[in-house]
Amino acid sequence: MTATDSYASRVPALDRDLGRSPVQRRNGPDRIFRAVVLAGGLVLLGGSLFIVGFLCDRGFSALRHSGLHIITSATWAPDAVPPNYGLLGDLVGSALIALLSLLVAVPIGVGTALLINEYAPGRIRRSLVGLVDLLATVPGVVFGLWGLVALSDHTDSTAAWLATYAKFIPIFRDPDHRYGQSIFVCGLVVGIMVLPVVASISRDVMSQAPRDVCEAALALGGTRWGYITDVILPFARSGIIGATLIGFGRAIGETIAVVLILAPTNTLTHDLLGPVGGSIADLIATLFTSSSPATENALTLGGVLLLLATFLVSGSSRIVLNRQARRAGAR
Amino acid sequence: MIGTTTSVERRNRTTSGDDMQVVRSSGRKPDRTQGVANLPEWARRRADLLLSMIVPAVVLVGVFAGVSISAPVGLVLCWLILFLTSYAVLSWRHEGVLAMKDRLATVAVWVGGIIALAPLLWILDVVFQRGVPVIAADFPHFLVSNLTQAGPSDPVTKAGVGNAIIGTLEECGLATVISVPIALLTAIYLDEASRGDETRAGRAHAHMAGLIRMIIDAMNGIPSIIAALVVYLVWVAPHGVNGYSGAAAAGALTIMMLPVVTRTFEENLRIVPGSLREASLALGAPQWRTMIGVIIPTARAGLISGAILGVARAVGETAPTLFTAHGNPALNVNPFHGAQGNLALDIYLLVFSPADNAVREAWGAAAVLVLLVGLLFAIARFIGTSSASRRSKRRRWAGSAAHRFQLGRQPHSSDTGGR
Repeated sequence: MTATDSYASRVPALDRDLGRSPVQRRNGPDRIFRAVVLAGGLVLLGGSLFIVGFLCDRGFSALRHSGLHIITSATWAPDAVPPNYGLLGDLVGSALIALLSLLVAVPIGVGTALLINEYAPGRIRRSLVGLVDLLATVPGVVFGLWGLVALSDHTDSTAAWLATYAKFIPIFRDPDHRYGQSIFVCGLVVGIMVLPVVASISRDVMSQAPRDVCEAALALGGTRWGYITDVILPFARSGIIGATLIGFGRAIGETIAVVLILAPTNTLTHDLLGPVGGSIADLIATLFTSSSPATENALTLGGVLLLLATFLVSGSSRIVLNRQARRAGAR
Repeated sequence: MIGTTTSVERRNRTTSGDDMQVVRSSGRKPDRTQGVANLPEWARRRADLLLSMIVPAVVLVGVFAGVSISAPVGLVLCWLILFLTSYAVLSWRHEGVLAMKDRLATVAVWVGGIIALAPLLWILDVVFQRGVPVIAADFPHFLVSNLTQAGPSDPVTKAGVGNAIIGTLEECGLATVISVPIALLTAIYLDEASRGDETRAGRAHAHMAGLIRMIIDAMNGIPSIIAALVVYLVWVAPHGVNGYSGAAAAGALTIMMLPVVTRTFEENLRIVPGSLREASLALGAPQWRTMIGVIIPTARAGLISGAILGVARAVGETAPTLFTAHGNPALNVNPFHGAQGNLALDIYLLVFSPADNAVREAWGAAAVLVLLVGLLFAIARFIGTSSASRRSKRRRWAGSAAHRFQLGRQPHSSDTGGR
């Protein structure tokens, strides 16, 4: 408050707070107020740092104990002598599920955002926004139940159908594949779960695209798809990448739907359609309480790796989204 | 932004024929198909669309009706491919390449929207079809009794999730009681600190606020299983068998709720117009009175709906309650001692339970859970939109996705600080 500062220099300092900006006043109640709200912030900050530090401490003790082997081995055999804690299979499984889910969520999410912003007429648009928000509120366990019980009816019949009529494509040939408890179905369901996030963020970003340029494109005889590819998508590129990263972070940590759907074998697999595979979150959820301290530490290391992955992803999405915000602000 | 959108749309409606005209004249000439070319523009386009929808459908049903229609998904996919191909060819011959791309994109976007929302309708349909009969059979019984009264092969009418409902309400209530005050204080701090002035203390606070914001964003994305892991390692495991409790679950849920609620609160405080704050300060009100008497009342609706949305999210979380509340088939009203039920957790446990009717009971519990979450969601929206009529412009800021998913900082809508 430079204006008040210069004013203060001209009045005699009867009150030492006179002329200070409201945030700088030193009187009693306001100091207490500021101390209390700062304490709230510090509680949050300290709690978060404690959580991260504690987990890292426990997880890295497993790393010290069995070395890098724990990450590079794919054999999860905690009951063997000597026990072998290989997390590689589940790390790859988590990444596969997240990538598959992005294959579902990003095209459809961006498409839904375009539908809401550019194609749908007013009344439909409002209900579409509401429905996408509603999709975001459906609990993960309900998604899992649906994927396990309801979706599997259709995946079974589709698997049989593909094995009959699409034999010429190698991956569909195996008649024993039923897809029901596979990584593929997990990716599909988790993709639907992260879709609202991707759709909402990209819709927000796209709505800031310059309308005047779009209208100019239309006026020059361009098509709607023309201005979408030449104006809106280039403008929103960073935002869509940010949305994708956020979606990846959500997908890689998704627990309960994966636990319900997947038949965990905790092995390294490239078979996306068969009932094999595992994910870190799934491993922790199913094994944690019934395990020895050493297993516990190995699982915690898995958790730490998951945490680091989400931090990395959310940090980079932050950078990308800030760039987008600057671009939107510059206009 | 909204104004310009509608103007583009209006333009599309009134001039869609004209802009296609330009495209077509630069593309292929339409006179190749004499019969269809005599139709007016709009009718030909409809004819293209309908033809390419109906013909593949008839062909597919003809081919597969004799063999099998066992997999509707596969048939629909085949139909979609045939439809897109024939529509592409027709519109390419009639209107040219650019128009073909536009037509295909329009179809693709609508199909994408349908694919996005079909699971929602499907899930709701399945949940209510299978869940409501379970609740309705012997009506309040399922909502008030618990699972201990039902043997493994007893019918669904013996079972109930009353214990789980009470557990969920207590755990989420506790989590709310812990997280809302901390979130409000932090949000106030972040808001005030980002309005600080260019003194050394002001800049230090701004940096501190940046750090806290960064941590909140990082914590906002943590996997829910990690929250359970932390509470288990810190609290439950050292206490052995007695470690499981509703309060432990509340702790894990707090870890999930706090970042979300804090960012929502901060966005809602930010959108309070600067003129109100300045008027209050100029009248001599101290900072704390301005906050409590002016800013919080103004932002009240947004704060309440943000808190309720946080609760709705906590109610639906399963993983944080996994090794904390642990699940309990019997009723345990005391959240501070002993394992406690939880609605979402019960669904998970029931699916893996060997009892005959467990999956049906799980659908009943899922229906209760969806209704509970939907109710909270509706209340939050109602509170949010009832104040929207008064402050429609500002609500658009608050309702943006960045705020809902706590991402990217938006610039101050009205900056009151001394900068």
